[in-house]
Amino acid sequence: MSSVTEFSDLLHPLPAADDLEHDRRRRRTRRWLIGLSVLLVATIPVAVSLGPASIPLETTARIIGRQLFGLPLQVDWSASEESIIWLSRVPRVLLGAAVGAGLAIAGVALQALTRNILAEPYLLGVTSGASTLAAAAILFGFGASVGSLSLTGSAFIGALAAGVAVFLLARVSGQMTSTRLVLSGVSIGYVLHALTSLLIFASDDPDAGRSVLFWVLGSLTLATHGSAVLTLAVVLATLMLLLYWARPLDALAIGDGTAQTLGLSPTRLRAMVMVLIALCVGALVAASGGIGFVGLIIPHVARLCVGTAHRRLLPVAALLGGIFLIWADVLARSVLSPQELPLGIVTALLGAPLLFLLVRRLNPTQ
Amino acid sequence: MISAQDISVGYDDRLVIQGVSLEAGPGEVLGLIGPNGSGKSTLLRTLYAALRPRAGLVSIDGDPVTALRGTELARKIAVVAQETPSDLPITVADMVLLGRTAQRGALAAFDREDHRAAAQALTRVGVRDLADRRYATLSGGEKQRVLIARMLAQQADHLLLDEPTNHLDIRHQHELLRLVGQLGLTTVIVLHDLNLAARYCTKLVMLQRGRVVANGTPDTVLTSELIREVYEVNAERVSLGAHLQLVFSPLEEAVTVS
Repeated sequence: MSSVTEFSDLLHPLPAADDLEHDRRRRRTRRWLIGLSVLLVATIPVAVSLGPASIPLETTARIIGRQLFGLPLQVDWSASEESIIWLSRVPRVLLGAAVGAGLAIAGVALQALTRNILAEPYLLGVTSGASTLAAAAILFGFGASVGSLSLTGSAFIGALAAGVAVFLLARVSGQMTSTRLVLSGVSIGYVLHALTSLLIFASDDPDAGRSVLFWVLGSLTLATHGSAVLTLAVVLATLMLLLYWARPLDALAIGDGTAQTLGLSPTRLRAMVMVLIALCVGALVAASGGIGFVGLIIPHVARLCVGTAHRRLLPVAALLGGIFLIWADVLARSVLSPQELPLGIVTALLGAPLLFLLVRRLNPTQ
Repeated sequence: MISAQDISVGYDDRLVIQGVSLEAGPGEVLGLIGPNGSGKSTLLRTLYAALRPRAGLVSIDGDPVTALRGTELARKIAVVAQETPSDLPITVADMVLLGRTAQRGALAAFDREDHRAAAQALTRVGVRDLADRRYATLSGGEKQRVLIARMLAQQADHLLLDEPTNHLDIRHQHELLRLVGQLGLTTVIVLHDLNLAARYCTKLVMLQRGRVVANGTPDTVLTSELIREVYEVNAERVSLGAHLQLVFSPLEEAVTVS
């Protein structure tokens, strides 16, 4: 017996108050949002206290309390502890939260734009663009006098240039389809990847090659209060705009035809979201290098929690991404301590098995 | 009422539709028929302003469609188009709720009333219990009903459907078209199967190479002569109760209905 009623029963009087369990859906989303927010807030001080130099959680909390809120606490910790906590780890953890959240929402948006569950920020070639110019900055030291600022600046310019190139390549006579977007992102990515390798190959400084690799694989070591706050601001602004476009993204995720018949303009929307994502990912890569897998995995995990509607999905993905990257970074700085692993290696090692599990779960016939 | 007056539509330098006029009055089910490449889908896309005609005018209840803003148009016309399925695990409930975009605008949140409308639409087409399933896991017939539910949630009074019976078995083809007829809305529907068109459409427009070759009731349009000329097959008309039924055979073979 099929679960579908027979057609002769159709168009009969309707049950009065069926609202698709509206309240249950809202409660479920609210529970995830509150739970994950609490988890993120709790994660931050714990993650700050962890690292090669382990500092008790209580001391960590007191240092943060004194620095952040100016609490009149008695100083019973060393100056180096204070500097490790406040100048190094706090910005690092905040930057981790921002970058993780940013990559996750960028992944969500790109998967909707391309209707492809394998889309992630790497796909747009934006990360590769940032890496190429960052490698050039490290290896050939242009603007070396301004130090890390030139590295960040180069990365941002590289990201934007790549984004623009992908955008122009994908746009044929005013139309930009999801397939073209994927293909041009992949081809630009390959070219830039080859350029980066060529730069490393052409450089005669082996140490520089290593530091390029470290940067390409992603790291939060360059975090400062300034970069953390700036990145957080960029990510929050991106999240707000994407939430504003949540419904159009829902429609785009189903198809251009659907979006159009619901009164939306798919090509214009795709162009606007694409520019937004290129700017956001440019800022993320500039601050932390090319951290992979977060933008691919977290959207899928978030969908398992609250479904595909972007109004619910985006904030949940942001929180999950932030928490995930903070802990990945704790591992990166603890596992081989005092040596530090590139963050991209940790996210890939954590992310790949997770992806494998998800792929098995996502079998459409189940 | 949907009407097209003397429209021509083209891609690049090629005209696909030339000087076509049609009119679907309130509650009518107008079938667009014709061989592959005759311009049926292009014509349908022009009716909902996805394509702009090079010449002529498409209007809905007297207003030119190109003058209507996106959501204004979506409140008047709902469409089930052919679309490649998405990878993303969208649920049936979310799919149908999207139809409410036309009523709410693109930016407002869906409230309880929208959820009620979606639930009603699902109930009306008999798939309320599929609400939490993933759209991609449904059978072809279930998918089409969900798309019809989305059209209903949209609360437009004009429906456009592009070959909705594709991939459906015979029973589901009939069920779907009977449902469309029962909705009582002004409908334009692209159909390949002439027997389904004969049975469920109140009016037919037959296209050949972008031009209208016949326009009228199924009985006047679906003549053996015209079908032989346009489709290049033999067609024998038989009566099945009150319905016209066609039996086809290749041109080289003679038709004999015993």
